Amino acid sequence: MLGILEVYPNASVCGPNMLDNLSQRLSRVVKTLRGHARLTEDNIQEALREVRLALLEADVALPVVKDFIAGVKEKAVGQEVISSLTPGQALVGVVHKELTALMGGAHQGLDLAAQPPAVILMAGLQGAGKTTTTGKLGKLLRERMKKKVLAVSTDVYRPAAIAQLQTVAGQAGIEFFPSDVAQKPLDIAKAALDYARRHYFDVLLVDTAGRLAIDEIMMAEIKDLHAGIKPIETLFVVDAMLGQDAVNTARAFNEALPLTGVVLTKLDGDARGGAALSVRQVTGKPLKFAGVGEKLSGLEEFHPERMASRILGMGDILGLVEEARRGVDEEKAKAFAQKLKSGKGFDLNDFKEQIGQMRKMGGMSALMDKLPAQFAQAAGQLQGGMEEKTVGRIEGIINSMTPAERSKPELLKASRKRRIAAGAGVSVQEVNRLLNQFEQTQKMMKQFSKGGMQKMMRSMKGMLPGLR
Amino acid sequence: MFGFFKKSGKTSTPADQQTDAPIEPVAPPPAEQAPIAETAVPPATLDAAPAAAPPAPASQPAVKRSWADRLKAGLARTRNQLGGGLSSLFGRRKIDEDLLEELESTLLMADCGIDATQHLIDQLRTRWKKDRLETADQLQQTLADGLVKMLAPLEQPLDVTTHKPFVIMLAGVNGSGKTTSIGKLAKWYQAQGKSVLLAAGDTFRAAAREQLQTWGERNGVAVIAQESGDPAAVMFDAVNAARARGIDVVLADTAGRLPTQLHLMEEIAKVRRVINKADPSAPHEVLLVLDSNIGQNALMQVKAFDKAIGVTGLVLTKLDGTAKGGVVAAISRQCPKPLRFIGVGEGIDDLQPFKAREFVDALFLPATQNQR
Repeated sequence: MLGILEVYPNASVCGPNMLDNLSQRLSRVVKTLRGHARLTEDNIQEALREVRLALLEADVALPVVKDFIAGVKEKAVGQEVISSLTPGQALVGVVHKELTALMGGAHQGLDLAAQPPAVILMAGLQGAGKTTTTGKLGKLLRERMKKKVLAVSTDVYRPAAIAQLQTVAGQAGIEFFPSDVAQKPLDIAKAALDYARRHYFDVLLVDTAGRLAIDEIMMAEIKDLHAGIKPIETLFVVDAMLGQDAVNTARAFNEALPLTGVVLTKLDGDARGGAALSVRQVTGKPLKFAGVGEKLSGLEEFHPERMASRILGMGDILGLVEEARRGVDEEKAKAFAQKLKSGKGFDLNDFKEQIGQMRKMGGMSALMDKLPAQFAQAAGQLQGGMEEKTVGRIEGIINSMTPAERSKPELLKASRKRRIAAGAGVSVQEVNRLLNQFEQTQKMMKQFSKGGMQKMMRSMKGMLPGLR
Repeated sequence: MFGFFKKSGKTSTPADQQTDAPIEPVAPPPAEQAPIAETAVPPATLDAAPAAAPPAPASQPAVKRSWADRLKAGLARTRNQLGGGLSSLFGRRKIDEDLLEELESTLLMADCGIDATQHLIDQLRTRWKKDRLETADQLQQTLADGLVKMLAPLEQPLDVTTHKPFVIMLAGVNGSGKTTSIGKLAKWYQAQGKSVLLAAGDTFRAAAREQLQTWGERNGVAVIAQESGDPAAVMFDAVNAARARGIDVVLADTAGRLPTQLHLMEEIAKVRRVINKADPSAPHEVLLVLDSNIGQNALMQVKAFDKAIGVTGLVLTKLDGTAKGGVVAAISRQCPKPLRFIGVGEGIDDLQPFKAREFVDALFLPATQNQR
């Protein structure tokens, strides 16, 4: 047999990025749509195929995709195209709206209106993140809702699962009810419930072992568990990276247990999270929380419209805006805008300021995550983590300049550059590169102050392929 | 602002190549490996046989078949979905565009991904037109062959005899089954008469070390662990300990991480570097553990981990569920890495080398034979 390198000469260099953004895809078919005043069954046929592919690439299950497309078609046909939009954009709008609607309206919180203790049962596949979510939920309940929380693990199968919850509970600052692998899950849960009742706990979190939906014995076990402790909330914990099989799993769990909500985990990964739609569609249960990050504070409310953007590969613009708002010092921003308006040039001080703000917003990588796929792709040639270093270097170079040089970059000639390079520990070429970049930015800023946003966007379109 | 994306893109290329350089998959001579694999299966099953004597009629062929059986049992649901779906499609009618579309749906639902699916369907369409295939079941063979051809390059068993100690590093996203796979791998190599050492490199997740230690106890294998601390340090110790004790195989666990967490990806790159410091030829194998439930994101995972630590092989876990693992086809098309092992069950013996033909055959068995 041939070695893999012979069969695939580029074995270590993986293939092209398949994460094509929906609007990018649509722009390819949009030409055929141009000039139509309204969307009709004929003219959106091909565009809908692109929507279908985009959803499939995002791991939305095929049956769900089919239903969804049929729904969109119904909604879209006959829709007038507003003059400022292309038919493609109009269609994306319809798709996005539908997707958001399907994923549920406003955020739904936990229902704890039971005679205390309110019992919450966690269920899901192996490795979905149940134990971590239990800890996160405990922390949230304790800190934000001021509840007295007890956690118990009924996972008597996986080695050290109970110890894991114990540690996590300790980190979350909630109480842990010890259990033993020799006990039966139902007995453990009942003992914990009894303890919670006698010690006036508000909430009891019951973590369970991961199980396959087709494992009849294990599914019977969790059914018994549910019947025995009568939880007010039964949360289905789902990995956002799940593929087509999400429908089968969700259906099986939904049939076995009266689920009350879904928690989507590992949303900080780069999966498009189509599973969210599949699960929502199959179970009809609200998506209550989203797990992000390793830290126990990483449990957020679920935002349907953001999820819709993400599935479509349109980026989490709202999250970006929020983050930007948090990171940007408003007064500085105002002063900056004023400066631009007054016609004074954009100098290296401003350049450094901008970089500093970008850093505050969680660095380039965090920003990049939230950018729409098309931008992220354009920016994506840089290696992960590299950008952070580059930003640091740029700051270093600017810091090695005198104040006069910073406000008048045209002063910089060969000998000054040499001094700066030595001071920042870089080569003169790098200083030059920075100055080039600065000049480009300066040009952009000039356009910005003259012609406003539109002109700038147009010039950016030239720089970024596939943007329309 | 976007100006310096482009520029820094250029500056990063050399670094790219640097990380890529040591990746060179150590293509093991498969011919040598095959007999080892075959002789190794019986001991593993014999171990279990005396304990659970009744079900296995202890004749030679029965033992020989057991791996295939286990695979079939594990893949039964996959087959119900894919094969079952397929055979009901195949038998009944003439080939037309509708049939092709249904085939396309079935492949897509197996997580094969759009690219691989379209490739396979295009192949079928050409054959149908060119060879004037008449009935649907003629297409079945064509599709099976197409799949085997697509997956065959991934079938490269791992040869651990090239170095001693042979250091295998495992990586993957959270919950993909790394630690569980390590336990199974330890058993697998023990059954081949190798001495094994485990390195508890997951110093982040609560009780991950205990989980590995429990596995170690069950297998009678030493586990090198530290009270919290730096995972790289654990690895360094483990490699040195293995050399001192004359161990054959070192299995190095790492904490699960999502590729988007750049600091963690840097951390794992460091772990790899430190292993390399402890033994200049190590790690001899970098395995990425993939959960077969994961959809197209598996591709991104392969790419991201490859970039960070130079993946040389894959392990596909949790194939005993309803997930199809069709994403392997997508991986084979877009960023092929040898698929060293597949996990088809919860039992400690349920991790086995990947065989493309068996994998595809198991998928294509008629639904009626799924009972086992």
